[in-house]
Amino acid sequence: MITKSIVKIEQINEIALDTIEMKLKTPISLEEVNPGQFIHVRIGSDHAHQLRRPISIADLDKVNQIMTIVFKIVGSGTEILARAKVGEELDVLLPCGTGYPIDKLEVPKALLIGGGIGVPPLYYLAKQLVEKGTEVTAILGFQAKEHVFYEEKFKALGNCHVVTNDGSYGHQGFVTDVIDIESPEFDYFFSCGPTPMLRAVSTKLENSNGYISLEERMGCGVGTCFACVIPVPGSATDYKKICSDGPVFEASEVAL
Amino acid sequence: MSNLAVELPGLSLKNPIMPASGCFGFGREYSNFYDLSRLGAVIIKAATGEARFGNATPRVAETASGMLNAIGLQNPGVEKIIAEQLPFFRNYDTPIIANVAGSTIEEYELVAEAISNSPDIAAIELNISCPNVKEGGVQFGTDPVLASEVTRRVKAKSKVPVYVKLSPNVTNIVDIATAVEAAGADGLSMINTLTGMQIDLNARKPILANKIGGLSGPAIKPVAIRMIYQVKQHVSIPIIGMGGITTAEDVLEFLLAGSSAVAIGTANFQNPLICPEIIEALPAVLKKYGFSSIQDAIGKGHEHATANISRT
Ligand SMILES: Cc1cc2nc3c(=O)[nH]c(=O)nc-3n(C[C@H](O)[C@H](O)[C@H](O)COP(=O)(O)OP(=O)(O)OC[C@H]3O[C@@H](n4cnc5c(N)ncnc54)[C@H](O)[C@@H]3O)c2cc1C
Ligand SMILES: Cc1cc2nc3c(=O)[nH]c(=O)nc-3n(C[C@H](O)[C@H](O)[C@H](O)COP(=O)(O)O)c2cc1C
Ligand code: FES
Repeated sequence: MITKSIVKIEQINEIALDTIEMKLKTPISLEEVNPGQFIHVRIGSDHAHQLRRPISIADLDKVNQIMTIVFKIVGSGTEILARAKVGEELDVLLPCGTGYPIDKLEVPKALLIGGGIGVPPLYYLAKQLVEKGTEVTAILGFQAKEHVFYEEKFKALGNCHVVTNDGSYGHQGFVTDVIDIESPEFDYFFSCGPTPMLRAVSTKLENSNGYISLEERMGCGVGTCFACVIPVPGSATDYKKICSDGPVFEASEVAL
Repeated sequence: MSNLAVELPGLSLKNPIMPASGCFGFGREYSNFYDLSRLGAVIIKAATGEARFGNATPRVAETASGMLNAIGLQNPGVEKIIAEQLPFFRNYDTPIIANVAGSTIEEYELVAEAISNSPDIAAIELNISCPNVKEGGVQFGTDPVLASEVTRRVKAKSKVPVYVKLSPNVTNIVDIATAVEAAGADGLSMINTLTGMQIDLNARKPILANKIGGLSGPAIKPVAIRMIYQVKQHVSIPIIGMGGITTAEDVLEFLLAGSSAVAIGTANFQNPLICPEIIEALPAVLKKYGFSSIQDAIGKGHEHATANISRT
């Protein structure tokens, strides 16, 4: 169940260009939180920002009730978040959305495909999969060398290929190019990133089982306002809400 | 009777606070955060005759102290709402107000008749002010003749009192308000969102897929207060006020302007606990400003008015 919590910032690191990793201590148990879920963060305490910001959970330390988020500074909200100091508190709704249903899946081999800020939620997923005995291959796409983060962390869990659009680090091109070059073996793929990337990945891996995590501008973040809907294939009126039915969906379940 | 209680046509409110239509879904989600019985009433999301998908995404954008939305009245259609959504509220001791929308007068009549026949509904909020649909909605709310026609016909079909929700996107709000009062409206609900737009500098195009959306949040509060104050001087039916409320002080301001109760929309997104927090804070705020009850404060902002303010 989602609750409104006040979490305390324990640590702040700039881990790549304009990319902030934050560790947050929560007053509530994180036992029920799954990979792929997100928090909905209030920006400031006045009227200036009426909408919260969705940020994925990148890692969890359930024992110490510490949650890691990684976000990129792209606009006024993330800029204000990035200026917060250790010891300050954030007002968050937690945990939001559904996660990757890995408890229900048999996954001997998994392919994880992340793009930019789609990489963070895949990290906790990778950790959970490895704990279950899954062999994990990750393909991480970034714009350029200075944007790359978490490569070492993924390497510690399995195979990891980095690709940059401009070729300044790792492979040159898109994540789908790496799929062509490496043709990794897998039972399920799990992908998170910008919609054009998800579209390319879903098309390329059309005949495979997979889960994708979607993004949309959100109002409430909990399922009341219908801001974040995505059509279900084959119907004019059926829809899923990205905030509450997702953000994780079976690749065949939604029309991108 | 608690000093927060208010009696309105069809509505015995234990307090004047209700979530606004479209900002609270059909109640389920926020029922995880608090007991919905604490609310004065709940105004549910708009119902139309058939299911509607609504507009393309992105449908929301943040603005200075506000937001734009172009949801486009997405809903599962009136029959499904009656069958699948309304029974949920029987778990709570809170009157439900149904927001009724349509593209034609016949659709308004059909939806109003169907939903007012449900025992779960205490009143109708007639939405003639949605800026986000191509047909119907705001066109009925900006023409006094059409507004009174749709009000009269819906009144004839409805089994419960009808509150007409006015659009602020007009030059003369008093003309519309007096027209719907004359057509038999039991009350007014004001205001709906103001039309607005926001352009993404990088993409060089409007952020909303629909381009234009409805502006809500604290940014529109002065407009709502002005319109309620103006309308109050010309109508005798009660007004449910809304537009940018985020605190108990804001509620008092709406009461002084002439509202008998209020609805809270956008603020639910920033703080899902906003309604119960305001209910909690209201008695102290009433006391601080010298009022013994909600009833005592309604319209009191007009007492020192020496003359009516202009109609436009
Ligand atoms: C389920 C989900 C998980 C996410 N996880 C992460 C994450 O782990 N790390 C990360 O860096 N980013 C993540 N994002 C994207 C992040 O929410 C946006 O970058 C952020 O809201 C931008 O806010 P801003 O104020 O800096 O930008 P502005 O452009 O100033 O924001 C203005 C408005 O647009 C919305 N908005 C802008 N960009 C996006 C976007 N890409 N997606 C959704 N809403 C947007 C904002 O929420 C706000 O309402 C996630 C988005 C979703 C939907
Ligand atoms: C996301 C969203 C959806 C809305 N949907 C409806 C609706 O379905 N019917 C309606 O009459 N008003 C709708 N409204 C308008 C609100 O009920 C309210 O009149 C307006 O937002 C002003 O109040 P606020 O500033 O407190 O949000 C919607 C507003 C928002 C923000
Ligand atoms: S953001 Fe409100 S329903 Fe998803």
